[in-house]
Amino acid sequence: MRYIWLIPLLPGIGAAINGLLGIRYFSRKTAGIVACTMMAAALGVSVMAFWQLLGLPADARGVDVVVAQWIPSIPLATHNGVVGMFQVPWGFRLDPLSGMMILVVTGIGTLIHVYSTAYMADEPRGGVARFFCYLNLFCFFMLMLVLGNNFLVMFVGWEGVGLCSYLLIGYWYEKKSASDAGKKAFITNRIGDWGFVLGVFLIYSTFGTLDFRAVQNAAATMPVEAMHFGVLSFICLFLFVGATGKSAQIPLYVWLPDAMEGPTPVSALIHAATMVTAGVYMVGRNAVLFSHAPQVMMIVAIVGVLTALMAASIGLVQYDIKRVLAYSTVSQLGYMFTAMGVGAFSAGAFHLMTHAFFKALLFLGSGSVIHAMGGEQDMRRMGGLKKYLPVTFATMMIGTLAIAGIVPLAGFFSKDEILFRAFVANKAIWVVAVVTALMTAFYMFRLMAMTFFGGYRGPAWDAAGHGAPAGHGHDAGHAQADHHDAAHDAGHGHGPWHGPHESPTPMTFPLMALAVGAIVAGFVGIPAAIGGSNAIEKFLEPSFTASAPAVAGEGERAAAGEAGAAEHETSHVSANVERGLMGFSLLVAIAGILVARKFYVTSPEISDDLAEQWAGPHRVLSNKYYVDELYDATVVSGTFGAGTGLWAVDRNVVDGVVNGSGWITIISAWFSGLTDRIVVDGLVNLVGRICEEGSFWFRKLQTGLVQNYALLMLFGVFAFVSIYLFMR
Amino acid sequence: MITPTHYMLLSAALFIIGVIGVMVRRNIIIIFMSIELILNAVNINLVAFSNQLHDVVGQVFAVFVIAVAAAEAAVGLGIILAFYRNKESVNIDEMNLMRW
Repeated sequence: MRYIWLIPLLPGIGAAINGLLGIRYFSRKTAGIVACTMMAAALGVSVMAFWQLLGLPADARGVDVVVAQWIPSIPLATHNGVVGMFQVPWGFRLDPLSGMMILVVTGIGTLIHVYSTAYMADEPRGGVARFFCYLNLFCFFMLMLVLGNNFLVMFVGWEGVGLCSYLLIGYWYEKKSASDAGKKAFITNRIGDWGFVLGVFLIYSTFGTLDFRAVQNAAATMPVEAMHFGVLSFICLFLFVGATGKSAQIPLYVWLPDAMEGPTPVSALIHAATMVTAGVYMVGRNAVLFSHAPQVMMIVAIVGVLTALMAASIGLVQYDIKRVLAYSTVSQLGYMFTAMGVGAFSAGAFHLMTHAFFKALLFLGSGSVIHAMGGEQDMRRMGGLKKYLPVTFATMMIGTLAIAGIVPLAGFFSKDEILFRAFVANKAIWVVAVVTALMTAFYMFRLMAMTFFGGYRGPAWDAAGHGAPAGHGHDAGHAQADHHDAAHDAGHGHGPWHGPHESPTPMTFPLMALAVGAIVAGFVGIPAAIGGSNAIEKFLEPSFTASAPAVAGEGERAAAGEAGAAEHETSHVSANVERGLMGFSLLVAIAGILVARKFYVTSPEISDDLAEQWAGPHRVLSNKYYVDELYDATVVSGTFGAGTGLWAVDRNVVDGVVNGSGWITIISAWFSGLTDRIVVDGLVNLVGRICEEGSFWFRKLQTGLVQNYALLMLFGVFAFVSIYLFMR
Repeated sequence: MITPTHYMLLSAALFIIGVIGVMVRRNIIIIFMSIELILNAVNINLVAFSNQLHDVVGQVFAVFVIAVAAAEAAVGLGIILAFYRNKESVNIDEMNLMRW
């Protein structure tokens, strides 16, 4: 498996080709083909690598591949004064967890690339290549993130996906809301990254290495910090701050709903299926560390479940189809963190995978709806689309059933596993999670009902000459029609609109593929209580434990015990309880669906009545708990205020000092110039004057007449001869 | 009998005539000729003592002096000619460019 470095590299090459050549030279189709080919190749390599991984014995499933040295050895002291050799290789690690992640990223990534070729078909030519360049670049970094075998390589991916997220949210950068949303996402992520970096620093300082396996093995020997808040707890807390930024948890979740300004395939790939799960992945990757910090685990679980509840409650009243899904994503990410927090790392990772399928499906479905409606995103203007978009409806219904947790779809197994583990660990968390599950089922069916059921509430269209509105093809009418409903000409460059219509094959195919995934993805994790084997948990377990059999003693036992603790407890709770909980959560889901059906299909007036009756809470929810306003009032305006204050300091103090020193220089230079002119020049002139005056008489000697000189010589000779003769 | 004293008197006379010529005359050509007189006074001395001491070196030296005088006359006349072309004059008083 030496070749796993190819997996990130292939999309990277695609990004380079599209970025360097495509924007200028490629047609829309070529750009799409290049990007899709690279992704498909990466998928192929991933499947091959995964297959080989499966072929290994369970305890040998962990392959490190070092491609090259990145940072050569440099001496660097750790916290106890020991000078270690700090070195970072470009190392990749394939183990069950990263194996699952590369399959998710490349698999869903490929489908979304295919989908994008049709979804972005109306964009300008260079824009499409730019889009695919970013999308490929994103996959490159995401695969770096999941395959890196040390924190620094992971960090490269971590920052890279943040960058691509920024670029893609702001893809329609002419639109102010889009570029603002991009900036918001980037800046919010920076706050999380700050925590992540601090965590990495602390890890090096504590362990003297950044390699995942070495850190895990070292951490496994340390005592569990059950009662105090030691260095491991701080490491985990910092890492979790990073995770809240990337995975949109309280308090840093605010960027994700705004990120829906990006194109819908981006929302599906980055802001639902892959990038936002990076935080969950990172926590899972450091499961051993987290197992040693139970208090931080508790924080993770509480933050996760609160995020799940809060986001789900906001989702209840949103009207923008993509925002409902965005809050749903935040909520489901909360579930994953809840799972991580209660020690059910496998369940969290399992939910990550199933969620990737059905949430990508739902987003792509919503993209199909938006496409069909010519850019309309407000569900109040939809309704009754079932008959126009049969494929989209069917696939989205599967996704909705899956997220709601209806047996036997994917979401049922993964969510139920989380609920069960939460029940075992902490009843309060379980109650909140169940309420969230109820809300999830409700708002998802609200979305389906408002979009696909009931009467059509959208704008009228002129169907004359095109036969039945549902029947005409996507492209047929565009070329010749010259009169259309101008008011709903799409927000982002969609052509003339002729009523809702099913999307072209490149868009429906990924929907169908993902629908299959949403159905079958759960089967790898059928719990033992109902006759399954929970294969995924056994498969993933090695990734969550330290892999150093040689390290004996208390620490290892503690780590192994901690990681497996919940599992042991699980076995204490009888299978009957598990079955009972499953039945209960299924009932909850069905209840949510039925309530939604009653509110939005059979008697739609109830929801309006309720909204009037509970005007206050409704307003709070509609305004998303005023969190954005709160952040604006505190953090943003605080930052602005601090900036203004610092600017004033800058202008008055710093500039004052600079100007003052300037003035001092000028004045002292003036005095210095005066001294120069009077004293120094005066001395020089004095010397000159003395020479001039002194030589006034002597220069008369120099007549220039040779005969004068000769006469003087003669006198001189005469004088010497006279002296010679007479003074002897 | 002509003794060295006679030779020396003759050469001294010639020498003094030459020096006076150099000192007092203003025509640069005359000055030049006076210098030749001085050189010839020296030559007479050299030859006279060569004869007296029976040593031929003095005569050789005199021939050298004549050769050098010829060269000097050539250079000197060149300078005079150049000067004359510039100033239209051979008056030594006008040759005072070396003054301060």
